[in-house]
Amino acid sequence: MAYRVKTDVMDGAAIDRALTRIAHEILEANQGIEGLALVGILTRGAEVAERLASRMEAIEGQPPPVGTLDISFYRDDVGVRLAPEVHRTDIPFDVEGRNIVLVDDVLYTGRTIRAAMDAIMDYGRPCTIKLAVLVDRGHRELPIRADFVGKNVPTSARERVRVRLAGQDGEERVVILEEEPGTACAAPPEAPRGGEPS
Amino acid sequence: MISGRSILTIQDLSPEEITHVLDTAESFSEVNERRIKKLPTLRGRTIVNLFLEPSTRTRMSFEIAAKRLSADGMNMTASASATVKGESLRDTAQTISSMSCDLLVVRHKYAGAPQMIAENMECPVINGGDGRHQHPTQALLDLYTMRKHLGRLEGLTVGIVGDISHSRVAGSLIPALRMMGVRPIVVAPPTLLPARPDALGAEVSTSLDEVLPELDVAYLLRVQMERAEGMPFPSLREYARLYGMNAARLAASPPRMLVMHPGPMNRGVEISADVAESPRAVILDQVNAGVAVRMAVMYLILGGGADGAAA
Repeated sequence: MAYRVKTDVMDGAAIDRALTRIAHEILEANQGIEGLALVGILTRGAEVAERLASRMEAIEGQPPPVGTLDISFYRDDVGVRLAPEVHRTDIPFDVEGRNIVLVDDVLYTGRTIRAAMDAIMDYGRPCTIKLAVLVDRGHRELPIRADFVGKNVPTSARERVRVRLAGQDGEERVVILEEEPGTACAAPPEAPRGGEPS
Repeated sequence: MISGRSILTIQDLSPEEITHVLDTAESFSEVNERRIKKLPTLRGRTIVNLFLEPSTRTRMSFEIAAKRLSADGMNMTASASATVKGESLRDTAQTISSMSCDLLVVRHKYAGAPQMIAENMECPVINGGDGRHQHPTQALLDLYTMRKHLGRLEGLTVGIVGDISHSRVAGSLIPALRMMGVRPIVVAPPTLLPARPDALGAEVSTSLDEVLPELDVAYLLRVQMERAEGMPFPSLREYARLYGMNAARLAASPPRMLVMHPGPMNRGVEISADVAESPRAVILDQVNAGVAVRMAVMYLILGGGADGAAA
């Protein structure tokens, strides 16, 4: 199925401003860097988490610890589909008693976040878990909401949100994609996580 | 891509699929270092270990792998199964199949038994070692260990030393190495080589000392006291002197050469105690890798659903 760009939602400057604001909001909510740790959900959530951490370092003088999480083994649809590749989870700090902020690029059904929370709990018992996302596109299937949002983007379930980041993709933009007319299938295949095409 | 399939021989996997298994196992190895070593991935699935021949490490390894993935693992051993009451293998297979298990792991003393069982089962079957034929998950964990320590597989030279003609480990490892671009050399006295060693697809040598300088890995096979009828060499001492890995041979080998052994070891025969304890022996790493590799195989077979499509 072919997709074409429907709307440009964010450019590089908008992404930068959103990340700076989220970094400040997280620090404000946590009252500083103490006890804070970021966990980026692979793959693009990890880059967002790194960039939030470097902004926090610029504000507070030191960065919070950053981990990366692959949620493939915690998905609720293992019996239906497998992720094409599984990355290594790396949580280089003790989660016990921490204030964890989960970081992802797009929040969609909430299933990825459910899996990520289960994964974090297997490492210990954090004090709190909050959620920061660059884009919230709606259509939740679980009672989950984000605490820090870069931009709310109303979408239809037939559209896709594509986040491109410099580290992974060599460009910075967020766009809404829609199906090319005439190429639609009966049911659009669900993207691996969050609804963005890979 | 492996979804829903049996693994009866290492050739059931393509080189790309083997790489995929090893990559997936790397992610699982991290889980085995955690305090809580459990994932919910295969919750509600039933995995039966049918071990009709004695085994501790392979059976435990499969059992631990299943438990860490939250699958329900059942063990059936020869003494506890109805085979002692005279039930045929085919009936045993169909009985287990009727209890709707999702995956069966079979170890049997006869070559081809897992194949025969797979033909009578609804669910996929993993060969956990059959007679002198194959032991594919052992080959996978050996490849994993080599890749982890040496950083690559392509272009390595691996000497497989010992009882080639009785070894199912060699039966899977030699083709596995060839698929991954590794050069295998089998090293054994003529009495422990098959009648047509050229059919193995490996170079053949009868002198360990001659090939030693070329090796990236010395893979020592167990001298199978229980399987070799009549001694195929004059004495264990002579075998140890000519084919055993000892401190002097280790000193004469390339400095990065690994020593591997599928276990259980006969210390003082194919491997001396000091070599077994040396940091270049990665035998316990092999055992450790076994759990992660078997988790990966179970995950890839049982995940993905009927269409096998990866998202």
